[in-house]
Parts: sequence; C-alpha cells; structure tokens
Amino acid sequence: MISLYTRRRLVNGLNLTLSLFTMVFGLFWLGWILWTLLAHGLHGLVPSLFTQMTPPPGSSGGLLNAIAGSFAMTMVATLIGTPVGILAGTYLAEFGQRGWLAPTTRFINDILLSAPSIVIGLFIYEIYVISMGHFSGWAGSFALALIVIPVVVRTTENMLRLVPNSLREAAAALGSPQWKVVMLVTLRASTTGILTGILLAVARISGETAPLLFTALNNQFWSNNMNQPMANLPVVIFQFAMSPYEDWQNLAWAGALLITIGVLGLNILARVLFRQKAQSH
Amino acid sequence: MNDTIITNPKIIIKDLSFYYGSYHALKSINLSIPEKKVTAFIGPSGCGKSTLLRTFNRMYELYPKQRAQGEIILDGENILDSKQDLNKLRSLVGMVFQKPTPFPMSIYDNITFGVKLYESLSKRDMADRVEWALRKAALWDEVKDKLKQNGTSLSGGQQQRLCIARAIAVKPEVVLLDEPASALDPISTAHIEELIHELKKDYTIVIVTHNMQQAARVSDYTAYMYLGELIEFGDTDKIFTTPKKTATEDYITGKFG
Repeated sequence: MISLYTRRRLVNGLNLTLSLFTMVFGLFWLGWILWTLLAHGLHGLVPSLFTQMTPPPGSSGGLLNAIAGSFAMTMVATLIGTPVGILAGTYLAEFGQRGWLAPTTRFINDILLSAPSIVIGLFIYEIYVISMGHFSGWAGSFALALIVIPVVVRTTENMLRLVPNSLREAAAALGSPQWKVVMLVTLRASTTGILTGILLAVARISGETAPLLFTALNNQFWSNNMNQPMANLPVVIFQFAMSPYEDWQNLAWAGALLITIGVLGLNILARVLFRQKAQSH
Repeated sequence: MNDTIITNPKIIIKDLSFYYGSYHALKSINLSIPEKKVTAFIGPSGCGKSTLLRTFNRMYELYPKQRAQGEIILDGENILDSKQDLNKLRSLVGMVFQKPTPFPMSIYDNITFGVKLYESLSKRDMADRVEWALRKAALWDEVKDKLKQNGTSLSGGQQQRLCIARAIAVKPEVVLLDEPASALDPISTAHIEELIHELKKDYTIVIVTHNMQQAARVSDYTAYMYLGELIEFGDTDKIFTTPKKTATEDYITGKFG
C-alpha cells in the first residue's frame, strides 16, 4: 500500500514526463524544418538576392521584384484590412450588446477566420480578376485583406473585452458619452494588444500562396504598377521549387528562409510588445 | 420605517424597485438623502446596497437587462425619467468605485478627462482646476512633480485618491462612493476617511461599505438594508447604539451577517 503522497508524486512525475515528451515531439519537427531551411537557404542569402530580379532558368538573379511585390501587397492588404477589422471588432465588443447584428457578425467572422485561403483567392478571382480581365497586385491585396480582416476583428474584440468593465463605468460615471469612452479610454487601454493582433495578421498573410496564385499571379520583371500582375515571394517559391532548374530551386530555398525569418521576427516583436503591456499593468 | 426627519433632502427616493432581468433586487425603497451630509448604506452581501447606489447615476443603463421603476428626485427632477439627459446627470452625480480605476493616461489627463467634457477652460484655468482637485483629494503634494506620469503607476491608495480627485474635478453635487476603501491598506483607508470628512462640507456623499466601523466613523446617517429592502434608516449614532429593529441590532452586533 503506497501512501497518497507517494502516489501523487508518481502521477505528477508521469504527467510531467508525458508533457515533456509531447513538447519534444512538436519541437523536433519544427527544428527539422528550420534546419532544412537554413541548410538549403542560408548560402542563398547573398546581396544579389536583394538587388536582382527573378532570372530566367540558367542565369543568375535575385528576388528583388518578389520581395518588393510581397511587401507592397502585404502593406496594402494591411492598410485595407486593419481599419475595417478594428472598427468591426470595436462594434462587437462595445456597441453590440443588444440585438442580433453582433452575434451574427461574430459567427460569420469566425467562419471567415477559418475559411481556406484558396477559397478566398477563388472568390477574388471570380469577382475582381475576371471582371477586370487580368491578374493584378490590387487583386492580390484584396484577397490578403480578406484574410487580415477576421484576424484583426477577433483580436480587437478580445483585447477590448480584457478591459475591465469598471474602467468603462468610471468613464461613463464622469458623464462621458459612449463614443468618447471607447475612443479615449478602452481603445487606448488595449492599443498594444490590438497592435499585436495586426502584427500577427501580417505574419499570417506574408506566407499565403493560394490566394495570390489566383489574383496577383507572378511577374518576372520589376513592376510598381498595382494594376499589373505582380511578383511575390510565395508564388515565386512555389514555381521555382517545382521547377527542374537547380538555380531556381536555390532561390526558392532562400525565399522560403526570408519569409520564415520575417514571420519569426514579427512573432517575436508581437510577443515583446505584449509582454511590455502585461508588465505595465 | 423612516421616522428620521430629513429637513433638507438632496435626493428623495420614492417606491423604487430594481430588476436584474426577472430578479427583483430592490423592493419598493423609500428614502431621503440629506444634503451635504454623509449617508452610509450597510448590510450583508447581496442586500442591494450597491444596486441602490448605482441607480442614483443610472449606471445600470450600461447593461441591457437591468431596469429601475419608481422615482428618484434629485433637486426636484425625477432622474429616472427617460427624458433626463444621462450624461448631464452623471456630471452632477460623481462616483468612485471599489477598485481604483485610473485611466491609461497621465495623472493630469486623468483629471482633465471629465472636466473637458463639460467645460472649455483655458490652459491656465485647467491647470488650476487640476491642482484644486488634487489638493481636495489630499494627493497634490505626492504627485505635483509627476503629473505627466501614467495614472496606473501610482500606488493603490494614491490611485483611489486620484479617482476621487477626478470625480470632484467636474464639480458634481453628489458623490457616490462604492466601498471606496475595501481594496486598500489601513493607512490609505484612514486617508480616504479623512477625505470624506473634508468633502462633506461641499458635497452630498453616499457611501456603501461592508465595514461597519467605517460606517460609524464617517457617516451622519445610516441605512441598513437586507434582501433588497430598507430595514432601518436614521442617525448613525442611533442606528449603532439604539436600533429600533432587532434585525438591525443583530447585524450590527454581529449575531448575523
């Protein structure tokens, strides 16, 4: 007969071991992926990667047009998606207590949040690309914006809900109309949280391939015309990695490493921001 | 029930009922709150004392399922009337909460937030108003050199005095205190109690408290509530020494509650 205390220690030890094992299992694959990326991509990180255009097979080149295109489309998508997302999230958290509109919006937003990105790409293809008659940077930005919106809506709502009601009451108790309570107090109290959400949304879209395949397509040359097909990292990686040419494959590895570093950086930045917020409270 | 004669009532409550959804939380309350005195509401948890306090500035309107019935007359006007301007009412009836609620902005901006809503003062006048409010709340000496610092950086007791300063900066006529010292240490509590003594010269004060010694120390009148009803109301001295109802006596002497 073992004592209760010994039994608890054994169960505790067993559970700790199991969780440690699952953590190692998860990290193992992540480590392997990162290692493969570094092994294949690191030697591709040379200055010409950032100064030359995507080359035809057999000649040397870089990814400048793809990097610039990705950057431009991500920025436009964020600029479109963020205000819409913040406004909608604010409505859900602060104004939608009564009636059916807010619960319905929240439900649809959740569907949008988990919609496969290829469906979003096809949607923009159907309503924008076909009616315009050609692929374009705008179309790519719109598709990415549709991915940004639900992420920002969700984080904005969640962050505003973290603001204690006592703060709203305190502002209302001074005779402040609700819009001022929201603008000056609750949104301000959740700025870092919302910013974190935006960064995570940017991280999310910077690796999306499927929605761009149907909208921005690709462009082998430099283009700063958003109305033309536009080069971007994910689609270039997709095409180059599938090709039989070794120099294209190397560029694809380098591009994949670039995106990973970027996303990792954004995630770290988001965590640092969030930690600062946690400490200030 | 209410044989204490209030000669100069600031607030008259007539047949007030309050509902959380279908739950009947206040049952036909009749009460007069005297002007420029401190009135304390005491009673066990859930007796409705905070609920009653929150009807005086209609704070419950923030929540869809809460409603009040009856009349609350403030300076001759029924504030429960739907035509009453809610924000104007709240600028006349200030409130301080149990937990300190500094806004995420500088100490200075915390004070000016409410003032800016109803007055447009010159920079100089505004600075004077901030100093006046902080002095009234006995906080000026501690913060005068760090007005640009975030309000959340202060200690709990200082934050609560900041909230009191913020409430009186808009020059209300009534100040509602909802357990203002229950989250504070004894020294900060003593500060707040001294402050209440100071403030009653200019304001009508209603305080909800769990702490009976505190009610006895700071208030002129006390109302004992139980299960949504007003059991007894009168001079604090009388309530604490010769209560008329045995229910009140049982609560005050600690036999119950």
